[in-house]
Amino acid sequence: MSRITSVFDQGHKALIPYITVGYPDIEATLKVVSLLASNGADIIELGIPFSDLVADGITIQRASFHALQSGVTPKVCLKIAKELSQKTEIPLIFMTYFNPIFSYGLEEFCAACVSSGVSGLIIPDLPPEEGSELEAITQRQGLDLIYLLAPTSTQERAKLVAKRSRGFIYLVSVTGVTGARDRLAADLETFVTRVRRVATQPLCVGFGISTAEQAKRVAKIADGVIVGSRLIQFMEAEDNFMSPVRSFVKGLRQALDELPI
Amino acid sequence: MVTKAKQLPDSYGYFEQFGGKFVPETLIPALDELDAAYEEAKNDPSFWIEFNSLSHDYSGRPTPLYFAQRLTEHCGGAQIFLKREDLAHTGAHKINNALGQGLLARKMGKRRVIAETGAGQHGVAAATICAKLGLDCIVYMGEEDMRRQSLNVFRMKLLGAEVCPVSSGSKTLKDAINEAIRDWVTNVRDTYYLLGSVVGPHPYPVMVRDFQSVMGKETKEQILAKCHHLPDYIVACVGGGSNAIGIFHPFVNDKTVKFIGVEAAGRGIKTGKHAASLVAGRVGVLHGAKSYVLQDDAGQIMETHSISAGLDYPGVGPEHSYYKATGRASYVAVEDKDALGAFQLLCQVEGIIPALEPAHAIFYAVKMASTLGREQIIIVNLSGRGDKDMDIVVTALGVNP
Repeated sequence: MSRITSVFDQGHKALIPYITVGYPDIEATLKVVSLLASNGADIIELGIPFSDLVADGITIQRASFHALQSGVTPKVCLKIAKELSQKTEIPLIFMTYFNPIFSYGLEEFCAACVSSGVSGLIIPDLPPEEGSELEAITQRQGLDLIYLLAPTSTQERAKLVAKRSRGFIYLVSVTGVTGARDRLAADLETFVTRVRRVATQPLCVGFGISTAEQAKRVAKIADGVIVGSRLIQFMEAEDNFMSPVRSFVKGLRQALDELPI
Repeated sequence: MVTKAKQLPDSYGYFEQFGGKFVPETLIPALDELDAAYEEAKNDPSFWIEFNSLSHDYSGRPTPLYFAQRLTEHCGGAQIFLKREDLAHTGAHKINNALGQGLLARKMGKRRVIAETGAGQHGVAAATICAKLGLDCIVYMGEEDMRRQSLNVFRMKLLGAEVCPVSSGSKTLKDAINEAIRDWVTNVRDTYYLLGSVVGPHPYPVMVRDFQSVMGKETKEQILAKCHHLPDYIVACVGGGSNAIGIFHPFVNDKTVKFIGVEAAGRGIKTGKHAASLVAGRVGVLHGAKSYVLQDDAGQIMETHSISAGLDYPGVGPEHSYYKATGRASYVAVEDKDALGAFQLLCQVEGIIPALEPAHAIFYAVKMASTLGREQIIIVNLSGRGDKDMDIVVTALGVNP
C-alpha cells in the first residue's frame, strides 16, 4: 500500500487541496501547506508552474504565470517539497504538465521526486496512451502515477485507466478547465458510479469544487475531494490570507466528517 | 485521393518519435471520434469529389505555377518558379485546409466551429468556409496579433465570425491555441476544432497535411508539363509548417528533389528574439505533440518574435521534426530585415506583393539561386499575399504611405 492509498483506509474521505508552488511566494507555500496539513487536509497537490496550461482556467493560469515570473522552476519545487516533507508527514503529489518533466529527464525527475519525499504525479496532458515510459519508471521508483478520467471518457477508457492508475483515479467533474464554479455537473453521480463499476482504486473528484456543500455532495459518492482554484482565490484576494484559508479548509473537513463512513 | 503508400504517421499518430496525443483526457474521445470520421471521409469518394469541386469553383484551384523570369534574371542562376497560393480565395493556402475540415465538421454534424489564428489568414479562411457552409465560427486570436493584423480581424467579422481576443502569455498564436484548446475542452460535445496547421495532437498533423497536399500534387503536374522534369529544390516558409508540408509531401519519395524549410530568425538567432523551432529548439511537447520546441532550460515554452505573425510560433509540426531527424529536409532561418528586403524585391521585379511569411522563403531562394546553374529549378511556395501586411511594412520601412 502506498502512502497515498493508505490515506483512504477504512473509508476515510480524503481532502486534497491544490496550490501552485511559489504563489504568491515561496514562503507562503511553506506556510500554507503546514496550515492545510494541520487543519484536516490529507494529501497536498503541489502545482509546478508551466507556461501553457491547457487544462487550467484563469485562476490557476494567473498563479502559475506569477510563480514563473518570480523564477519558480521544477528544481525549486523539488527543493520546497523536500523542505516540506522534512517537517510534515502529509503525502505530497506534484501536478504539472508533461514538458517540464520531459525536459528534466523522466528518470532524473522521478529520482528527484523520491528523494524530495514526493509520493505521486498528476499530469493532465499525459493520457495512458502516452504514459507507458513514465509509468514504468514511476513503478520502479515507487511513485504513484495518477491518471485522470473525464465525463467524456468511454467505459472502455475507464477500464484502461482503472488498469493503470496508481494511488487513486482523478475524476474531472466537468467537461471543462479548472476553476471555481457555482454548481456541480448534474450528471456527476452517474459518472462516478460508472467508474466505480470498473475500478478498485479510490476515486477523487476535482475541477470546480468550491464550497463545503459541494464537497459534501461529492464525498457522498467519491473517496476524496480536490480543491484548487477556490483556495488560490483566497490567496489572491487578501494579503493576510492565512485565516480565511484556515476557515475554508476547516469547513471542508467538517463537511466531509459529517458523512457516515 | 490519398495514396496508401504512406505509412507515417502510425496509428498512434507518430512519425517515428514525433507526434502523439498529449492532451487532457476530456479531449481523447473527441480526437478518437475525429480520427474515425476522417478515416471514413478519406475513403469516401464523394467527400473528395466535393472537396475537389469546391477547390476548383470556390477556392480557384489549381493555382498557377509561375515562372518568375525577372526574379530569375535578377539572381543570374537557377530558374525560380512560384506556386501562386496568393491567388487562392482569401489570399493564402489556408483555405485548402479550412475547406477540407469544414466539410468534415458538417459531415460530423458539428454546428459550432472554433479556430485559432496568428496572422489571421487561417481565421479568415475558417470564417469564410463557415459562412459558406452555414456553421457558427469563433476565432481565438492573440491581442498582439489583432493589433498588427487588424485588417484580417475586420475581414473575419464581416464574414460573420466572432473574434475572441486572447490576453494571456505573449498574446500571439501559441496563446490563441491554448485558449482554443480550453474552449474545446469545455464545449467538446458539440464543437469542432478547426486547427490551422500541421501541429497539435493526432490526427491533425496528418489530416491537415492531406488537405494541403493539393498544392504539391498540382505543382508536380505543372512543373512536369512546363519543364519535363522535377525541380531540384522546393523552398517554403515554416511556422507550424502547413504550406511547407503541403508542397513537400507529394515529392517525398522523389529523392532528387531537395526540401528547404525556412523559419523566422526574427532579429537574429543569437538575440533570442526569433521563432526558429527546428533550427534553434530542442525536442519537447507543446499543444499535444512531441516535436521541436523553443523552450528554456526548465522546459517552459519561450516567447517568440517574428515580423510575420504567421511564423511567430514556438513549435512546429511533428512531420517536420521527422524530416529534420532523417535529413529528408533541411531547415534554415531568415531574419526580419532580409524577409522585408525580399518582400520589396518581389514587388519591384515581379509586381507581386507577397505575405511576409513566404518573403522569408523568397529571400533564401534568391540567395541560393545565384549560386546555382541555369539548368537548376527552384520552386518557392508563395503561400499568401501581402495585403494584410501593409501596416507592418509601412512601420518597418518608416515610410509615409
